[in-house]
Amino acid sequence: MESPMQIQETPTLKAEARNLNFFYGENKALRNINMPIYDKKVTALIGPSGCGKSTYLRSFNRMHDLYPGNRYEGEIRFFPDNTNLLGADVDPIEVRMRIGMVFQKPNPFPKTIFENVAYGLRVRGETNKRVLEDKVEHALKGAAIWEEVKDRLPEQAPNLSGGQQQRLCIARALATDPELLLFDEPTSALDPIATGAIEELIHELKKRVTILIVTHNMQQAARVSDYTAYMYLGEMIEFGKTDEIFIKPQDKRTEDYITGRMG
Amino acid sequence: MKPLTTEEIRAVIAKGKFYDNLFKAVGVFCLAFALLVIVALIADMVIKGSERFTLDFFFNFASRRATEAGILSAWVGSLLVMLVTAMAAVPLGVAAGLYLEEYAKRNLLTNIIEVNITNLAAVPSIVYGLLALGIFVYQFGFGQSILSAGLTLALLILPIIIVSTREAIRAIPAMIREGSMAVGATRWQTCRFHIIPYAMPGILTGVIIGLARAIGETAPIITIGALTFIAFLPPVPFSAADAGTTAGLFDWLLSPFTVMPIQIFNWTSRPDPAFEVNAAAAGFVLMVMVLSMNAVAIYLRYQMRKKIKW
Repeated sequence: MESPMQIQETPTLKAEARNLNFFYGENKALRNINMPIYDKKVTALIGPSGCGKSTYLRSFNRMHDLYPGNRYEGEIRFFPDNTNLLGADVDPIEVRMRIGMVFQKPNPFPKTIFENVAYGLRVRGETNKRVLEDKVEHALKGAAIWEEVKDRLPEQAPNLSGGQQQRLCIARALATDPELLLFDEPTSALDPIATGAIEELIHELKKRVTILIVTHNMQQAARVSDYTAYMYLGEMIEFGKTDEIFIKPQDKRTEDYITGRMG
Repeated sequence: MKPLTTEEIRAVIAKGKFYDNLFKAVGVFCLAFALLVIVALIADMVIKGSERFTLDFFFNFASRRATEAGILSAWVGSLLVMLVTAMAAVPLGVAAGLYLEEYAKRNLLTNIIEVNITNLAAVPSIVYGLLALGIFVYQFGFGQSILSAGLTLALLILPIIIVSTREAIRAIPAMIREGSMAVGATRWQTCRFHIIPYAMPGILTGVIIGLARAIGETAPIITIGALTFIAFLPPVPFSAADAGTTAGLFDWLLSPFTVMPIQIFNWTSRPDPAFEVNAAAAGFVLMVMVLSMNAVAIYLRYQMRKKIKW
């Protein structure tokens, strides 16, 4: 008989990679990736440098379309509407309007704090000052930076500290209510205290948004994620619940990586 | 191998330092020589032209008597021609540079275009003059006017503006572009909100350097037929003209004109040595115009760069 502890909610699917291949010109960077992304969960991508985890992440918002010579094969299905994000009939801009992204290095625009957060709304044609102010405040609160910047909204964003800049970039992504938020090693340029703040924030955010995060730091993956995928040489080696992956990896390569024998 | 003794190490350093100092001396000499030539040129013009530095010189038309001849029509002409040049070259050059950097696909055609923009910058200015004589003056019927001169100089400095626009855009980090596109912006929104404003200091520098080159150009202006002796100004918009009519808003564009370098050239070729004084004084004024344009460029770039950091 099953004990109540083992009864598990079945998570809803938010996105799913199906037979995904990716090419930088002739160079095949992703090999036949199949993987689910669950709704309102944090999924971490780990693996050694050059294993394709950032390449995979950047496929979700079609960032590769900005540069020539890149090619996708396969599908990334996005739910509930079952859109193929990589479909030829889907405009990359439409994809980016639904999926937000936070980059490795904080990249605030050389504009005011307010304008940084309002930018996504302006792009969507919002001009009403009240609406902008409300949404900017809401996004800054969501990114746990409101208290620090509420009196400095007209100041230049690059004057903030690195950790504040990164939370501002998170606010910029949150302002437009994305369905999925992509994090590309968001703490690799930050000190431990700023890193802690971001990790705490990710924990809060998953109540309202699905998160996919690339990280070099295995402790971070263990701390923030519900699911973890281990990638190696462009392949998805193992995917599972984070505690299972870390305690009892099924694949020898995953085990070698997380125990530090390889990496 | 035995380690060097302290004396040996010092000897090696002393030998190295000798060449250090030698090059320093040669460098300072070369720099001093270049500066001295410029200072001497300017000083020569100031001394020769000193007796003409009066208000009359700036507000008199050309005259057969050297002491009464001034540069009014020349500096007004230069300013108006520069206005036309800037109005034509800036939008064309910035748009072309923006297109090449942000929109154009990298292929053989864009490579050929790129190489040839650099080539255009090396085309002798007289060739632009010949081209303009055929196209603007005769084909389009603009005549020997401010419009023809301005457009000719615009063609001349177009490559400078395109190249400096592209360099300014390339200096913007890719992560800024990606940050903008990642929230769902189109290419044009990214250009309008980010690329153009952040590239502006560099573009502006290129524009002013281009204009500073154009204001001193003589050959193409002579080719299209600027007047060398002119005693009237282009019509001010809506001012009274002949027979009770008023001048139109753009009549000045088709007016005959002269510019500073042509006025100088004209005075130096006169037999009467008294005109050499006028030429020296006008030369100094032209120098001041060019140097102050460069100074404005440096100041603006400094002010604008202060606000933009990544």
